[in-house]
Amino acid sequence: MANYSTNEFRSGLKVMLEKEPCSILENEFVKPGKGQAFSRVKLRNLKTGRVLEKTFKSGESLEAADVMDTDMQYLYNDGDFWYFMEPETFEQHQADEKAVGEASQWLREQDVCVVTLYNGAPLSVTPPNHVDLEIVETDPGLRGDTATGGTKPAILSTGAVIKVPLFLEQNEVVRVDTRTGEYLGRAKD
Amino acid sequence: MECEWRAAIDRPTLEYRARVMQMIRTFLSSRGVLEVDVPALGRHAVTDPHIDSIATGGFSTEGFLQSSPEFYMKRLLASGSGDIFSLGKAFRAGETGPRHNVEFTLLEWYRVAWDEHQLMAELADLVTHLWPEVGSLTLSYGEAFEQHLQINPHTASLAQLRLMAVAQGAERWHDESRANCLDVLFSLCVEPLLPRGLVFLYDYPACQAALSQLYQNREGQQVSRRFEVYLNNLELANGYFELTDAIEQRRRFDDDLAVRIASDKPPVAQDERLLQALEAGLPSCAGVALGVDRLIMQLLEIPTIDLTMPFNWARR
Repeated sequence: MANYSTNEFRSGLKVMLEKEPCSILENEFVKPGKGQAFSRVKLRNLKTGRVLEKTFKSGESLEAADVMDTDMQYLYNDGDFWYFMEPETFEQHQADEKAVGEASQWLREQDVCVVTLYNGAPLSVTPPNHVDLEIVETDPGLRGDTATGGTKPAILSTGAVIKVPLFLEQNEVVRVDTRTGEYLGRAKD
Repeated sequence: MECEWRAAIDRPTLEYRARVMQMIRTFLSSRGVLEVDVPALGRHAVTDPHIDSIATGGFSTEGFLQSSPEFYMKRLLASGSGDIFSLGKAFRAGETGPRHNVEFTLLEWYRVAWDEHQLMAELADLVTHLWPEVGSLTLSYGEAFEQHLQINPHTASLAQLRLMAVAQGAERWHDESRANCLDVLFSLCVEPLLPRGLVFLYDYPACQAALSQLYQNREGQQVSRRFEVYLNNLELANGYFELTDAIEQRRRFDDDLAVRIASDKPPVAQDERLLQALEAGLPSCAGVALGVDRLIMQLLEIPTIDLTMPFNWARR
């Protein structure tokens, strides 16, 4: 793989650090007037999600990580693995629980997700920012109560539990922000 | 994107910038310091291991854009100019970022027969003239370093400094020089925690003497008569009780070149005319260089240097 020098570091760049794939979050140029220039870099370890801060001398380089974000359609889950398909090539990839992680509670068959491949294998899965999911279980709705701002828990078809307004009923389809787990509104069909 | 031809700053900022330049000139002129113009495109580059000059060429213009007016000003001082200042452009290759622009405006001045403490006091007067409410604090580099890192930077072993640098996320610092370790520790652990306002740090480590004289401080440690000035945690100025000894100057050039070679940087020819000036006699003096764009950043609370100038590096 190619190497990236500190002056090419920018947010989003995928590099290898201590044999782990990382994504650069921030790169700050530090240079005392008479002193050595260096880069103060914030990186996220793509396997663990941990954020690290490292200091590199200007001109040092890191190996590029073979990491690619690819849009894929979520197909199904067989109990052990989640299966995704590249829409262009129909190539299928199986992702394990570690790669899917929290995303599993938002995955609806047919939805297009971003699957991050590391050396060709799924490393992580990012669901769409907004998903429409059916309420499978919640307390009966309080008719007309659209103003009090109260909420109640609701279980969605994927198993996710979110807070919804009191007026919603079972079998209604709601839109959720997967980054925060917040209810956004009734799904508009 | 479609407006890249446009200046990056508005009329009030342009006016403020012009006024700061005017006030600097009036302040120094009224104190008998003479404004001088020196070449921006010189014959030589500085030997500093960490400053890269921009080489020019073609049409018989081989030379270097000057990273500071220092060498020409010292030749003027040795020629008998007396107190002088220069307010002009300086250039440093590869330096771009929120606090750096390759081309920047540098104020540099020299006071004959003064020492660094007298010059620090004058710099405080100048900044106070521009910003009357600014507070000011003076302490030694060693005190500031020890306050935040609990070790004495002059007496700590190199092994200890390397360990501390590595602990700051600089894993590959385990075989770095003393000067580089001090720089990384200072930049990460001291500079961000300095008090707001003007902070003067004097008695820099001997290994970072640059072009200042060395001496023994009260604790008997060998330190340099170099000072740095910070304004709201931003490095603003760097000054010296100037080295006047030509033999020692040549030795420093040689040391710089050795560091450059060790770090695969192109060697730089020594400025023989500067050395001749020192041999002829540079009067005892103190000098300081101040980043004017950074001063404007702090005076106007502008977050990044590119918004202090009409055409920054990206927009040029």
